[in-house]
Amino acid sequence: MNAPLRRAGVVILVLFGLLFANLNWVQAYKADDYRTSDYNRRVVVAQYERPRGIIEVGGTGVATNKVTDDALKYLRVYPRKEVYAPVLGYRPVGLAATGIENAENDFLSGESDKLFADRVKDMFTGNNTGGGNVLLTINSKAQETAWKELTGNERGVKRGAAIAIDPRTGAVQAMVSMPSFDPNPLVSHDEKAASAAYNRLNKDPAQPLLNRSTAETLPPGSTFKVIVSAAALQNGYTTETEIQAGAEYRESGAVIRNAEDEVCPGQRIDLKEALTESCNTGFARLGVTLGRDKIMAAAKAFGFQDSQLTVGNLEGSGLPVAASDTGKIANADGSVDKGALAQSSIGQRDVRMTPIQGALIAASVANGGKQMRPYLVQKLLTPDLRTIYTASPKTLREPINSQVAGDLKDMMISVVENGTGKKARIKGMEVGGKTGTAENAEGADDHGWFIGFAYNDKGDAVSAVCVMLENVPGGHASAEAARISGLIMKAAAGQGGD
Amino acid sequence: MTAPAVPASSPGSTGEMARIPGMKTQRNAELGLLAFAMVLVAAYGATVEAARIGEITPTFWVPAALLSILFVGLHFVVRYTAPYADPVLIPAVALINGLGVGFLRRLDIGDALSKKQAIPGIFSGIGGRQLAWTLIALILAAVLLIVVRDHKIVSRYAYTLGLTGIVLVMIPAVLPSSISEVNGAKLWIRIGSFSIQPGEFAKIALVSFFAYYLVRKREVLSLASKRVLGIDFPRGRDLGPVVTVWLLSLLVLVFEKDLGTALLYFGLFVVTLYVATERASWLIIGLLLFFGGVYLAYLLGASVGGPFANFYDRAQVWLDPFALDNYERFGGSYQLVQGLLSLGTGGLFGSGPGGGSPRFVPEVQNDFIFAGMGEEIGLFGLSALLVLYLLIVERGLRSALAVRDSFGKLVAGGLSFTLGLQIFVILGGITGLIPLTGQTTPFLSSGGSSLMANWLLIAMLLRISNAARGPAASGGGADRAGGGPKKAPAQLHGAMTEVIKP
Repeated sequence: MNAPLRRAGVVILVLFGLLFANLNWVQAYKADDYRTSDYNRRVVVAQYERPRGIIEVGGTGVATNKVTDDALKYLRVYPRKEVYAPVLGYRPVGLAATGIENAENDFLSGESDKLFADRVKDMFTGNNTGGGNVLLTINSKAQETAWKELTGNERGVKRGAAIAIDPRTGAVQAMVSMPSFDPNPLVSHDEKAASAAYNRLNKDPAQPLLNRSTAETLPPGSTFKVIVSAAALQNGYTTETEIQAGAEYRESGAVIRNAEDEVCPGQRIDLKEALTESCNTGFARLGVTLGRDKIMAAAKAFGFQDSQLTVGNLEGSGLPVAASDTGKIANADGSVDKGALAQSSIGQRDVRMTPIQGALIAASVANGGKQMRPYLVQKLLTPDLRTIYTASPKTLREPINSQVAGDLKDMMISVVENGTGKKARIKGMEVGGKTGTAENAEGADDHGWFIGFAYNDKGDAVSAVCVMLENVPGGHASAEAARISGLIMKAAAGQGGD
Repeated sequence: MTAPAVPASSPGSTGEMARIPGMKTQRNAELGLLAFAMVLVAAYGATVEAARIGEITPTFWVPAALLSILFVGLHFVVRYTAPYADPVLIPAVALINGLGVGFLRRLDIGDALSKKQAIPGIFSGIGGRQLAWTLIALILAAVLLIVVRDHKIVSRYAYTLGLTGIVLVMIPAVLPSSISEVNGAKLWIRIGSFSIQPGEFAKIALVSFFAYYLVRKREVLSLASKRVLGIDFPRGRDLGPVVTVWLLSLLVLVFEKDLGTALLYFGLFVVTLYVATERASWLIIGLLLFFGGVYLAYLLGASVGGPFANFYDRAQVWLDPFALDNYERFGGSYQLVQGLLSLGTGGLFGSGPGGGSPRFVPEVQNDFIFAGMGEEIGLFGLSALLVLYLLIVERGLRSALAVRDSFGKLVAGGLSFTLGLQIFVILGGITGLIPLTGQTTPFLSSGGSSLMANWLLIAMLLRISNAARGPAASGGGADRAGGGPKKAPAQLHGAMTEVIKP
């Protein structure tokens, strides 16, 4: 019986050998995969071992930490809740992060290569130095004004967005979206509660999680006339060139009328006056006269069709910006659909624009034709407040030359001084802009737009803005947007009064 | 470290095991190894407290000291009732058992800290309960050593044991699921908060029965009728008992939803059969039958479902644990994946005792204790544990080789092999080598049934090893009762197997 017993011993030896080999596979070969696996809760806990960096606006933390006594040692706190939510996003325990919390995650968590020296120091001192701090470009006065005026608008509009940019640099001064959300419940360490809060927000038909200033595209209405004007000025027109207007313009089945009967009823009107009054028939015909390619080229030059842009750090990632779109303006066979071209030239039909694109158009005009790349991250600081990165403004594109920019600036100032944008006027500042009222669905109220810029008394372009209000009841949808825009720019210029 | 031989005093007459001059009992070696094992357990406890609480409490040594008292108690029972028993078995098992208690206490401390409660007392929580179970298990082992002075006596009760074994195996299968099912496997009897796994005890009973049956039938079973491809195959009618046990294990697989237990019983039977008959054909027939049956159950699970579906699901989970639908499905691969992640996080050296997060692994105090410990002691620590287990199994097999009677050979061989197989089934399961099945990790997992049954198994091995290593005559003390002239003690090594025919 001993021979089979010995063989049984060998079998056990082989089985244990298999166990040992497999253990090596799991604990040595696959160890790194398993250690960093998405399923591994230890990864999450480790991220809460050291305090996450603070996100600051003008010296005040808008994303901070609170020390807890549970397994996850720090709770993320967003003191200004809804106001900064679209910018900051949130960093939940189990779900995906969004906003700056997501874009700057490596730096905030301290895992970035830029903070390598701190990690090495930690190894010797045994401390858990926190992650790096992020200083935003946001002007807290402009941001608070934008939020207050948007949510407290005089028309009872429930959805909208506002964004303000420094035309000279591209620094974002304000970015709000309405309705917004309180990110605090989403980052709760009670993951079930956090998940329930997320599901509730995600199912809300008003889409509070959507950052409307960068991620939503809507028909821009008459604000698009700035682009058509730019195309005209680049093709031999001047501000005094007379174009054909009238009460009605029919083109290939499309019928264009003006917003009011008293707007440009005459046959001829000069370009500046046409923009000032927001003459639909004139611009529709001008667009058709210039042709599809020139309109689309001008729109593209201002940033339409760009799906790559992000707003955040100029060297890295940021909040994604949805591509604004002119539509194809084509028949089924690819030839120019003139009716569609007429409608597109006044920002209807398939033209769609994000609020940030609107602000970029205004900023380009105010900055002499140079469009600066928008950004939100002004500085990255180590935990001991050593500056690691400072944004150095970059020209994103140059859609128009300074000559055309100058003409457009005069025309847009005329809009605010004499035309449809009077509500945006600010005492002591030179303000230009363009209103837009966009029809959208049948029977729904129009969207109200305003894009504009302001110069201070020294002649510096201090702010460019875009305010969008969805489905404004009671007509004159853009007037309220113009009023809010004026207040935001005033606050951004440092003249905002509480 | 070996003990000097003590002169024998009136051998055989008092019934107490006698010591023969010139034979080494190695009991002092056992005591020394035991002390070393307990020092390791105390060190483990201290490390856990340092890592978890931040300081070593003045009472860190108490669990190790209590365990030492228990094991030394067993050591003295062995010293007087089985002086020639293998000296490595008790220290090796004691080390594993002590580390198990230490890890369970580490879980208690971790749980209390995360609930912001005071550090639990030594006798509270699952660690305290395991300590109590160890006491009971050691008492049972001692009683077995004291009562069964000669392992051959067990063969007298073979049929009773066989019947008991089958009943123990079948009880959970016939009980309603509400009483017998835990985590999808029907292996339990649960009454209130108290639960036992009768199958754990069935192992020992069944091995004893098989051994007795095979000793009687080995000549018939080793008769060959046909020779195919150089292998002797048995006659058809001799296949009866094999087929019966095969059916029994498949019934376990289907009705108790547990592949591991089925594999265990069948492996146990086939190996004792092979050892008894020395016919490789039995091994081949057995393996073909088992894997054929498992594959059939897998196919049936895929097409028919019903009682086979559980096994099919487990096979799916094993094939791709990281697939999202397997991971998120209720009863899917969550456990397995968390166990693997725990092991992987531990890596080569582990995070140190007390430094990991074992509570992320479900059932970490039972089936997944190996994975939970793996995070903290790393590949090196687990390899050491594996070597310890291997040592126990191979020591048991060595006793089987050395003991002279065929019943003892089969019992020791069968029990050792079953122990090894059980370790393979559970550790292979949680490391993803084979489909996961609900087995306890011997001497580590929290729970009384497993601990008691496995200590009884060790007691049986101790008894047989005593017969194997002791003087040839001391096995049957009565032979020497006439006070005849002392012969030179016969070494068992190399002696012929003696076939006992009742």
